Amino acid sequence: MSPRASYTLEPASTDPAFIRNFCIIAHIDHGKSTLADRMLSVTGVVSDRDMRAQYLDRMDIERERGITIKSQAVRMPWALTDENGKEQSYALNMIDTPGHVDFTYEVSRSLAACEGAILLVDAAQGIEAQTLANLYLAMENDLTIIPVLNKIDLPAADPDKYAEEIAGLIGCDPASVLRVSGKTGVGVPELLDEATRLIPAPVGDADAPARAMIFDSVYDAYRGVITYVRMIDGKLSPREKVMMMSTKSAHELLEIGVSAPEPTPTKGLGVGEVGYLITGVKDVRLSKVGDTVTNFAKPSSVPLQGYSEPKPMVFSGLYPIDGSDYPVLREALDKLKLSDAALVYEPETSVALGFGFRCGFLGLLHLEIVRERLEREFNLDMIATAPSVIYEVMGDDKKFTTVTNPSEFPGGKIASVSEPMVKASILTPKDFVGTVMELCQSRRGTMQGMEYVGTDRVELHYTMPLGEIVFDFFDHLKSRTQGYASLDYEPSGDQEADLVKVDILLQGEAVDAFSAIVHRDKAYAYGVLMTERLKNLIPRQQFEVPIQAAIGARIIARESIRAMRKDVLAKCYGGDISRKRKLLEKQKEGKKRMKMVGRVEVPQSAFIAALSGEVEAGKEKK
Amino acid sequence: MPGALPIADPAPLDGALPASVAVDSANRDWSVYIHVPFCRVRCGYCDFNTYTGEELRGAKRSDYATEAIAEIEQASAVLTQAGVAPRKASTVFFGGGTPTLLPVSDLTRMLAAARDTWGFMPDVEVTTEANPDSVDRDYLLALKEAGFTRVSFGMQSAVPHVLATLERTHDPERVPFVVEWARDVGLDVSLDLIYGTPGESLADWERSLDYAIAQNPDHISAYALIIETGTKLAAQIKRGDVAPVNDDLQADMYELADAKLAAAGYDWYEVSNWAKRDENPEISHASRHNLGYWLGNDWWGVGPGAHSHVGGVRWWNVKHPAAYADRIAAGHSPGAGRETLADSSKYLEHVLLRARVRNGLTTATLDADGRTAVAGLIADELVDARAAIGGTINLTLKGRLLADAVVRRLLADAPV
Repeated sequence: MSPRASYTLEPASTDPAFIRNFCIIAHIDHGKSTLADRMLSVTGVVSDRDMRAQYLDRMDIERERGITIKSQAVRMPWALTDENGKEQSYALNMIDTPGHVDFTYEVSRSLAACEGAILLVDAAQGIEAQTLANLYLAMENDLTIIPVLNKIDLPAADPDKYAEEIAGLIGCDPASVLRVSGKTGVGVPELLDEATRLIPAPVGDADAPARAMIFDSVYDAYRGVITYVRMIDGKLSPREKVMMMSTKSAHELLEIGVSAPEPTPTKGLGVGEVGYLITGVKDVRLSKVGDTVTNFAKPSSVPLQGYSEPKPMVFSGLYPIDGSDYPVLREALDKLKLSDAALVYEPETSVALGFGFRCGFLGLLHLEIVRERLEREFNLDMIATAPSVIYEVMGDDKKFTTVTNPSEFPGGKIASVSEPMVKASILTPKDFVGTVMELCQSRRGTMQGMEYVGTDRVELHYTMPLGEIVFDFFDHLKSRTQGYASLDYEPSGDQEADLVKVDILLQGEAVDAFSAIVHRDKAYAYGVLMTERLKNLIPRQQFEVPIQAAIGARIIARESIRAMRKDVLAKCYGGDISRKRKLLEKQKEGKKRMKMVGRVEVPQSAFIAALSGEVEAGKEKK
Repeated sequence: MPGALPIADPAPLDGALPASVAVDSANRDWSVYIHVPFCRVRCGYCDFNTYTGEELRGAKRSDYATEAIAEIEQASAVLTQAGVAPRKASTVFFGGGTPTLLPVSDLTRMLAAARDTWGFMPDVEVTTEANPDSVDRDYLLALKEAGFTRVSFGMQSAVPHVLATLERTHDPERVPFVVEWARDVGLDVSLDLIYGTPGESLADWERSLDYAIAQNPDHISAYALIIETGTKLAAQIKRGDVAPVNDDLQADMYELADAKLAAAGYDWYEVSNWAKRDENPEISHASRHNLGYWLGNDWWGVGPGAHSHVGGVRWWNVKHPAAYADRIAAGHSPGAGRETLADSSKYLEHVLLRARVRNGLTTATLDADGRTAVAGLIADELVDARAAIGGTINLTLKGRLLADAVVRRLLADAPV
């Protein structure tokens, strides 16, 4: 086992031959952050006293959910001793990548900053679908893969079985799969040794104009945007002026340094090094992931390949439950945008829900994270409308409309509607193959193939409409496979489909929040579901209230709320008057929380329950 | 948002009223309510302020009339002090509890004290509530001779299983006798009915209505059973021992009552009250005392837990007879809490109480939003169109069943 390095290499003057850049590819829960923490303590950059769980995950949500949202990079010293007993120090740059499918683009940028990747797999669970996708990306990028089984301390661990599985995937000897426990630290120094030996050193032209790839960009309330870069060619120095090649915007480097793991200013960054830049910019959009940073004075003319705008795939309306919180929500989104380049939004008004914002997200997890951050960091109570995707609708007049909100769906005759498709990979224990196939078929999936991964798991490939996935697919997948199946998907173009907009009408008036774009075959089911839900949620009124589901002018489902017949307190004598007046005053207060749809009074709680599906959930519990 | 208002202000020990209550007092009718907080047994649905023998904690039923008379004397002093005009009482009402559980001499003594204190109008209405099994002909005769004009019997139902659920102990067979005796001695008669009791069918209710109508009383009250929290019946429903009350069935029952009573010559004058049409159109059998509550008149409520209203101040007495006895013995006001109504509260009460009364509310007294709301109420057939055009709010049958909703709509934009 190697000792901790007795000397560390100075950033900005490190020979690239002694630099190793790697990332860790792992599924959520497979222990990536724990392993990263362990590396920090083994290499001595974080003293045991300062160690806290998941050191690198900055946001509370990350730490609580045990998942990494924003990647980080940390420089760690390590040493190898040769056969002559001579010690050579190295600088290891560990780049922590997001593990979730919504952030594939960010993952791919992180991978591009590395020469090697540690493939980390839970020794009790085996490889998961997202890991497969990221492993594929890493191999496409010609990264050297270091396969590792984690959690070998667990009683349920079956390292032999999963070593075979990994070996079968990447074509290596099962014996070369390392075995570690991030929790106890067993095998971690050996892993660092192996990574240092096997991962190639970065190469680049030290004399060329600087080219540094931005692989992450985070907003810090005190420092502004912190940009993480991987140097390819040349050198960047403190106080020099740099230029972002995609926007041609120039900024002075107020600070340049490495994370060790606290930000540590350096005399600059040279070929192969990984570090951070601070320019005083306040908006992450000015420092985009994938962009190339070069010297302003002597700029490079060839940007590094790789930049593409993040594209929102899933849309949802976010509304404050208390209408007076609308300005707070606006301010909160403005702040989140500073640290989340992928978040887009615009104001939107709903009859049912009042003032809110239509927001675009990379995927469902992104939506959930943004929503949770808004609730937690800004103390907002919110309701989100059912997630929707982008539809291209062509009318009979050949005019195209882009629809991200059912309310934008054009009226009149529709020539065609196309919807975004994805290639979905689902990894499931073989016992659940039948039930997963059933689910995928019910969601309009087309099977593209299936293959065994190891001996008892199967990877199923489907093309499916994204719209079907964003609508509680994942929940169903998990519940039908006892939580074992995992899902990965990537965009795969658009496809025409027989889609219709179903409106839900209360007393003839459409309730915008419940309109949905669904496949014609499912319109009836959706209509029945929503009309029944609302029937159970909306209190009886002084008149009968028809609830209808309609496609255009055609009613496809109907329920009605019978008129309330009795709303009178029988007795009101001398002793009842004060009590009765107080009751009335209270009812008047309560009315403020009612929304009017035409003449129908609907408690906001009913909208929320109908959108969240609490009605059926409640029934199941009984 | 402003904090919630305190439920009420404490009442001063001497019961003193502000001078504001005297304003225009000469033009308001004056009534006296005397509460008798005793029952032989407590019925399962009842949340009234009443006590059985074991619950009295040392308060003595035999001392009660004397204590109540002491409060009447206090009342007189407090009103005079506040500058309220001396007024003869238009109505007196003995409620409970079971007033007739007291010896008749106690009731007549209290009535005499009220008469001695304020005097009575020549057409004074004097009512007592009575349990059919707690009076006989002599008792009723003594009441009549002491100046009572009216007796209201708690009949509730003619159906034994309904009475059993309500835990009423009287035998329905006794009702024709007490009604006959009361009429015989010259008292007006009212029968109280309750409908919508768990287990009561529409047919059961029809039987009770027929039975009550057959007694040919001057007045019938029919109340939908309200399950009050804290009652035994509420607990039984919560446990699932007794079926919950069904609003739709209660609505059917109300409609049946209104139809049958109208056919038998009874006109509604408040959502739960019907009075027999007299051959002489000058004579009304409506309870003038109860109308006084709804029309915003002044009254003094005597006894434990009793509520009073004088010129925009409402107050209520300590609830327990023992606490009441202590206050009276110490020469203090039995008042526990009071509220002085702001104009907005007065308006709320004006609408909420008067809307329930036939011809009780005029459109001229509504604010602009309220007058606008009337149009929608006409369209929904909740108020009578002709009457409204004539300036009066009269609830339709449907409107009476939805009276609380009507009131909310009339007050939708009124400040609280």
